[in-house]
Amino acid sequence: MLPEAAHQHHVPGLAHHFDNLEQQAEATTLGMWVFLVTEVLFFGGLFMVYTVYRNWYPDAFAAASHSLDITLGTINTAVLITSSLTMALAVHAAQLGQRKLLMLFLVATMALGAVFLGIKSVEYYQKFVEHHVPGAGFNFEEPQYAVHAQIFFSLYFVMTGLHALHMIIGFGIMTFMLWWAWRGTITAEYYSPIEIAGLYWHFVDIVWIFLFPLLYLLGRHAH
Amino acid sequence: MSAHILPKRVYYTIFAILMFCTYLTVQIAFFDLGALNTIAALGIACFKATIVILFFMHVKYSTRLTWAVVLGSIFWFGILIALTMSDYLTRVWRTFG
Repeated sequence: MLPEAAHQHHVPGLAHHFDNLEQQAEATTLGMWVFLVTEVLFFGGLFMVYTVYRNWYPDAFAAASHSLDITLGTINTAVLITSSLTMALAVHAAQLGQRKLLMLFLVATMALGAVFLGIKSVEYYQKFVEHHVPGAGFNFEEPQYAVHAQIFFSLYFVMTGLHALHMIIGFGIMTFMLWWAWRGTITAEYYSPIEIAGLYWHFVDIVWIFLFPLLYLLGRHAH
Repeated sequence: MSAHILPKRVYYTIFAILMFCTYLTVQIAFFDLGALNTIAALGIACFKATIVILFFMHVKYSTRLTWAVVLGSIFWFGILIALTMSDYLTRVWRTFG
């Protein structure tokens, strides 16, 4: 569609500074990816710190990692991967203009996200009970590792905490998407909000894909 | 929008591979393979992330500019790791522990 034509017949969802929806969708996808690059480096700094300390204190890290609940960690990984599937299916439904299916998959994605956060809070609670929260009350079963295990748990709480914060923000985004889908803003022609919300959700899933082996699986065979 | 609409079975297949990889990485973690434990865990994680990016995030069907940005993020993260570790791993005078 020519720019003049777009102005004459207003296309729903098309901002005036784009020629057509296709160009607009390319720009939004690119913009979202540029944001995700900053997110990669945001989490990257923490992965960097983890790498350095793990290289310095491998035994303490292995011992501390071993105290995490691998069953809950694995279940949570499966839950998050499933939520990525429902998110991908939500985008698929949006592309085909299937409004009810889209809403269903968005709700499913949010529900799985809630299960993930629920399990995570059970794990956090266990850490408090076990005195594995860094600070004055910290206590580790193997005293020779206590000082350095505290570094591991600091990283554990910061990294999983920031990941959980991203999940909560994802909740807000999905709520908006659900609202837009409900009122009919999202159509087969204009679905890029769902697409880029999906990019965000999948990115958060990828962060967990790396957090899971680094925090839960390291040193599982030892001790 | 003339977007590339993938058949649903692609998503189900990727989901099945991701679940299998999760099972695999947990099983491998229980065996003592020395340094290979970390390599296997990170290798599987990288593979999982790659198929999420290519198929769930549709990068395989995106513009070259998007590809450049995605690869750029990996490249800059690589710089962060490589330059920092080239310092930390060569501090032979440091007393460990």
